[in-house]
Amino acid sequence: MKNGGGVLLTLAAFFAATSLFTIGGANSAVPEMHRYAVDVQHWLTDREFSTTFALAQLTPGPNIIIVTLIGYHVAGVIGGLVTTLAMCGPTCVFAYFVGRASDRFKGATWHDALSRGLVPVTLGLLAASATVIATTSGYGWLAVLITVATAITAFFVRVHPLWAFAVAAALGAAGLV
Amino acid sequence: MNSDPINSDPIPTSNDPPAESPIQASDRPAASTAPAPTITELFVAFAKISLSGFGGVLAWARRMMVEERKWMTSEQFNEVYALCSFLPGGNIINFSIIIGGRFRGPLGSVAALAGLLGPPMILILIIGAIYAHYGDLPVLRRALTGVAAAAAGLMLATVAKMVQPLFRNRAAVGLAIALATFLAIAIMQWPLPLVLLAIVPVSIAYAWSRL
Repeated sequence: MKNGGGVLLTLAAFFAATSLFTIGGANSAVPEMHRYAVDVQHWLTDREFSTTFALAQLTPGPNIIIVTLIGYHVAGVIGGLVTTLAMCGPTCVFAYFVGRASDRFKGATWHDALSRGLVPVTLGLLAASATVIATTSGYGWLAVLITVATAITAFFVRVHPLWAFAVAAALGAAGLV
Repeated sequence: MNSDPINSDPIPTSNDPPAESPIQASDRPAASTAPAPTITELFVAFAKISLSGFGGVLAWARRMMVEERKWMTSEQFNEVYALCSFLPGGNIINFSIIIGGRFRGPLGSVAALAGLLGPPMILILIIGAIYAHYGDLPVLRRALTGVAAAAAGLMLATVAKMVQPLFRNRAAVGLAIALATFLAIAIMQWPLPLVLLAIVPVSIAYAWSRL
């Protein structure tokens, strides 16, 4: 754990900036968090990032709370708070004012273009997130199998995430991953 | 108890609280919505949504807002959610801000956000602290690798569902944009802001040209 104002400032600056480029939900920003926290700052190892992601998935609530855990890992509870505020602050202020004004541009052409234009980008980002998680170290052949099996099952039937996690965790704990 | 069998809503129009603005009044047709929630009610509702939702909170938000509390109609929910899905940041975070703000102004937004984020933040800090102690246990690490693998699979299923309409409509440009984004982020590992600043304008301009 690193301490001091410097690292808090770095956390705040990075996550505030990243939040503005988070489109289509928090999971889209997972590769960027991985790139910065693991490859640039070396705050976490590849493996630690993967377990952080898993712990966040296991916690009820919005996916965005992965940033709380990253902040906690870097600078303790204060780090977790700073990171979460940075990740939500700028976009929340923006959302507040857009929400108040949204009636004025209901049905506007650019509104439609914006939402349609973002779909393929979000798609690419989500695929990248899955790939980044699936290529972290400690990922054996059975982990690949779990990913593929979960993907296929969830594509055809509604799967409650907790069931998928429970089965996968049991397989992992059994030493098969 | 309800005298009107067709309109099943027991709440009369006059029960609607005085609207803060004309926009808000037109936003919430009284025929189908309950009185506006208080600050505390907003906090509690979003805390409940947050704690019931695993891997995506949307379904719970709809159930609470539309069916349980009747604070908004299904159409209003869809409209606000569509707005949130292209605002930057977490979708459900933005949703809490907009809903809280529409009902109770800035304080309402803060209450809704605090309800949504407070409980899971406390939970994940506890989990993080516990993990810091026991994280070295190989069995725990392997179990979490399994969870990460399953979560990656769930994301891939979402991708597969989202990509279907693009194939159906032979949206070659859309598919190319998705592929380019994927390659830039996952394979080249370029910084997200640079990638988005290059790709998003192209994608929106193309969508615009096709409207």
